[in-house]
Amino acid sequence: MNLTLKIWRQKNADTKGKAVTYQVADISPDMSFLEMMDVLNEQLIEKGDEPVAFDHDCREGICGSCNLQINGEPHGPDRGVTTCQLHMRKFKDGDTIVIEPFRAKAFPVIKDLVVDRSAFDRIQQAGGYISVNTSGNTQDANSIPIEKDHADMSFYAATCIGCGACVAACKNASAMLFTAAKVSQFSLLPQGEVEADRRVLQMVEQMDKEGFGNCTNTGACEIECPKGISLENIARMNREYLKASVK
Amino acid sequence: MAKSALLKSSLAKKYWMAFTGLFLCLFLVGHLFGNLQLLIPVGEGARDQFNEYALFMTTNPAVKVLSYLTYLSIIFHAIDGILLTINNRKARPQGYVSFKPSTNSMWSSRNMGILGTVILAFIIVHMAMFWGQMKFGGLDDTIYTTANGEQVEDLYTLTIKTFQDAQYGLLWAIAYAVAMIAIAFHLSHGFSSGFQSLGINHPKYNGFIRKFGLAFAILIPLAFAVIPFYIHFVLEKI
Repeated sequence: MNLTLKIWRQKNADTKGKAVTYQVADISPDMSFLEMMDVLNEQLIEKGDEPVAFDHDCREGICGSCNLQINGEPHGPDRGVTTCQLHMRKFKDGDTIVIEPFRAKAFPVIKDLVVDRSAFDRIQQAGGYISVNTSGNTQDANSIPIEKDHADMSFYAATCIGCGACVAACKNASAMLFTAAKVSQFSLLPQGEVEADRRVLQMVEQMDKEGFGNCTNTGACEIECPKGISLENIARMNREYLKASVK
Repeated sequence: MAKSALLKSSLAKKYWMAFTGLFLCLFLVGHLFGNLQLLIPVGEGARDQFNEYALFMTTNPAVKVLSYLTYLSIIFHAIDGILLTINNRKARPQGYVSFKPSTNSMWSSRNMGILGTVILAFIIVHMAMFWGQMKFGGLDDTIYTTANGEQVEDLYTLTIKTFQDAQYGLLWAIAYAVAMIAIAFHLSHGFSSGFQSLGINHPKYNGFIRKFGLAFAILIPLAFAVIPFYIHFVLEKI
């Protein structure tokens, strides 16, 4: 496959970026999107140009690092996959592909396609944990009976890899789906219920502080989420927050 | 924290948006039942019934409380909407070169602000034309006594004449229909979205809420929109 790539190039956070056009040839349809990016970078390095900076780590869809906005959608046109799991067979020979960083005030660009998503870490740190005694007499987790439905829902929420696709897809750059998943994964379990009120209040407060937008319930986040995190989680967060704030 | 959490936080803004929006849905139903009386064939009975109803709606203390709540809801819903829109714009200062939201969301859900603005403009014109005339004495010289002995202002004749006007009647009816289309699109997202914002989301009820919301969004504005055309084309001229 021969492709035209329009890639956002930006030297650092302080400079203005722009879209630069590149050509890549002989791309195999079996390559992953990141492998195609590797081919481009080798090409650039051989020519003595600066390679395109992009985030990646595990390349198997579990780390949430490879956050690219491809042709107007986070992680590209495929559903339920991260950028590293996106195959070039989803594109046609001769296609033009626009590749940009995830855009949000809370996700400032570091370089080219790499953005700083530490806002997510700070939301997590604000309450996305449980306080347990680890002094040597820790209780076996399986000794606490947990309703199967709740265990499943908590597990589904916990599959969030924090990639930021929800923010990127949202017209308001809202982080509600991420925050809601992190709130839900704990509050659905007896271990997390104890701190549920404080958790939801603090995490939402931090989310607002970071400058993310509000939720319009368009559902774009749920569609674009590589892990299929459901809007049900946002409703749960809304319920919990309401409950916690009237107490 | 709890106090500011219910006033200033992002979620609080959504709760108030949902709460006032759903309250205004109830108002629409009430308003529609009032308007349906305009379909009654022309005659003293129809005129008296509508004008007595209008008098009741503007003087009954319970209805007055409800109407002040409605005005407050409209104002709050609009201000909250503007604040949310400003906030949301700020959240993405640098836009995308390519952004394809149509692949993952409905048009109406992404344009609630624009639809809301059209509706607000409609409400202002609508109130100036009918409610304002009654409230601020524009109809004082039309006061007459009904068969039941009530002193009423003749809002009925004003309404019928507006839509039966040979020159502008049809234009007003079309403008009214355009506003109803905006309300329909606004409701097609807003109704079910309100429930989601208030945390009411359950696989058992989601389907019902969505379908009911869609039916509500189509049927209520349609029923509203039919009335001026009926007055223009079908109802006997007065």
